[in-house]
Amino acid sequence: MKIQVRYFASLREALGPAEAVEVPEGSTLHDLRDLLVQRSPLHAGALGRERAVRCALDQRLCSEGTVLGDGAEVAFFPPVTGG
Amino acid sequence: MAERVSIRHADFDLSAEVAALRAGDGGVGAVAAFVGTVRDRSSGREIGRMELEHYPGMTEAAIEAMIDAAMVRFELRAARVVHRVGVLEPLDQIVLVAVASAHRGQAFQACEFLMDYLKTQAPLWKKEATPEGARWVDARVADDAALARWGITAGNG
Repeated sequence: MKIQVRYFASLREALGPAEAVEVPEGSTLHDLRDLLVQRSPLHAGALGRERAVRCALDQRLCSEGTVLGDGAEVAFFPPVTGG
Repeated sequence: MAERVSIRHADFDLSAEVAALRAGDGGVGAVAAFVGTVRDRSSGREIGRMELEHYPGMTEAAIEAMIDAAMVRFELRAARVVHRVGVLEPLDQIVLVAVASAHRGQAFQACEFLMDYLKTQAPLWKKEATPEGARWVDARVADDAALARWGITAGNG
């Protein structure tokens, strides 16, 4: 199934604003992150497990255990610093 | 009811915002407002301009949900959040949280609750220009701790 991935802040600077990714049925956000890390050294540097990364599914914060649906919008970004 | 959340570059006027917040509501006995501003120093270093990024759609929805929670928890009559994005300079206003309630205790608490919530859960990111170049601001553990006081686990940092 196809997932639209978006990046913000330092992740956007490293990887661009968005990319489309094909993932197997039943994949979780955790699986998607692992798959992205394999894409390039830049991806590994930005999304590796040693990095503090938060994620959202269809514009809601969620944990990496969440299962993805076809056409989902996933966002990865660093800890937030507004206010 | 007036729009509760505004994410935009344009500045805001505290007096006008507060007037609109309580307009025509005789049940309001207390208004509390917090205004955050851009400092010219951070972690001991001089800061020039600052750039703020958000996640259009999600940022607004996240803050709407926080206001929903605050309305119930503190029996608010009205609430308003304005957060500026884009390029801001030192001394600029950056964020407004204003709430109206029957009594002052609820207003004070709700204002702090919303700021604590926003700092750790609203998708907004600051990039500061320093003499050594621009850098993304790190999340602070103290902000997670501030939200934990309200019984909410942030896990932002």
